[in-house]
Amino acid sequence: MTRRVRIVLGLGSLAVLSGLLVWGVTGLPDLGHPRGPYADLAPRMMLDERHVANAVTGVTFDLRGFDTLGEEMILFAAALGAAVLLRAQRTEHEAEAAAAMEEERGPGTADALRALGAVLVGPVLLLGVYVVVHGALTPGGGFQGGVLLAGALLLVYAAGQVAAIRRVRPVALVEVADAVGAGAYMLVAVAGLVFGVAVMDNVLPFGTTGSLLSGGTVPVLSIAVGVEVTAAVTLILSEFVDQMLLRHGDG
Amino acid sequence: MLAYLVAVWLLLVGLYGVITSRHLVHLVLCLGVMQASTYVLLLAIGWRTGGAAPIFVDIPPRTPVVDPVVQALTLTDVVVEATVVAVLLALTVQAHKRFGTCDPDALGALRG
Repeated sequence: MTRRVRIVLGLGSLAVLSGLLVWGVTGLPDLGHPRGPYADLAPRMMLDERHVANAVTGVTFDLRGFDTLGEEMILFAAALGAAVLLRAQRTEHEAEAAAAMEEERGPGTADALRALGAVLVGPVLLLGVYVVVHGALTPGGGFQGGVLLAGALLLVYAAGQVAAIRRVRPVALVEVADAVGAGAYMLVAVAGLVFGVAVMDNVLPFGTTGSLLSGGTVPVLSIAVGVEVTAAVTLILSEFVDQMLLRHGDG
Repeated sequence: MLAYLVAVWLLLVGLYGVITSRHLVHLVLCLGVMQASTYVLLLAIGWRTGGAAPIFVDIPPRTPVVDPVVQALTLTDVVVEATVVAVLLALTVQAHKRFGTCDPDALGALRG
């Protein structure tokens, strides 16, 4: 199919699709008035029965905890897949050589960027840990905090210290952390079966609403997800950084 | 209604980008735009006029809030999009190494 034919066909389909979609959204509930009982029941249940102040985190790790288990596995598989795809083209030896070359050449980034990166690493790390552990209380949770933590590691790279990032993210440790995060979630899910009545049953004491340990398994799962997300995102980003180093090496 | 139409528009404009794309990285980002439409749609469905954020730290327990269930779904959505983009970009790197081009049309000629 030539490009022209594809675009003509595509635009025709787009026109039909846009008509169908606009027709479809006219049947949705009026904006501002969610239908269905869960909009009211979910926050009430989280607050009264689970002592979780942040209803979104509560839904993610309790009501929809089993779905989040699947989501964790998606993330795990994707990090694995990206790493396998990117590593297929190089040997460890090549990567080491490229990194060594980068180190010799010295960082080519501006001093201002390096300074800013270095200054921000600490605060961002702290913010990431805070967001992970306060998932049940304030906006945030394992996913959001995990990405912040991985972002802090990326800042080390932005600061132009490729050699330093190799030290702060030893690949083996990141891979192990990825597996530990995913495994811990699994274990908590199975614990519900062993100590409760079903998989993902919330078996820990719920504590006092507003305290750090409220919500039973919710903060535990939040931390497990935080570890996994940090490791998975770091793994993916560092594989792409390696690719870039290899290209520099080639050029 | 406007929010729903924004979701429709994001989906269509992303799809248009995918169809007309001349570069795989551009194509992946257009896919991201398409997926952004699902965030807007989900959050719009759960929106309650005058509702507070569903976080009961400094508001009374029975305050009307926006629907937290669709917000949790959006969180799942964001994670899935990030993973999809990561794997597709890895495939793009692979395609560029093997065929020396990122143009989807040229890749077709090379038996993809």
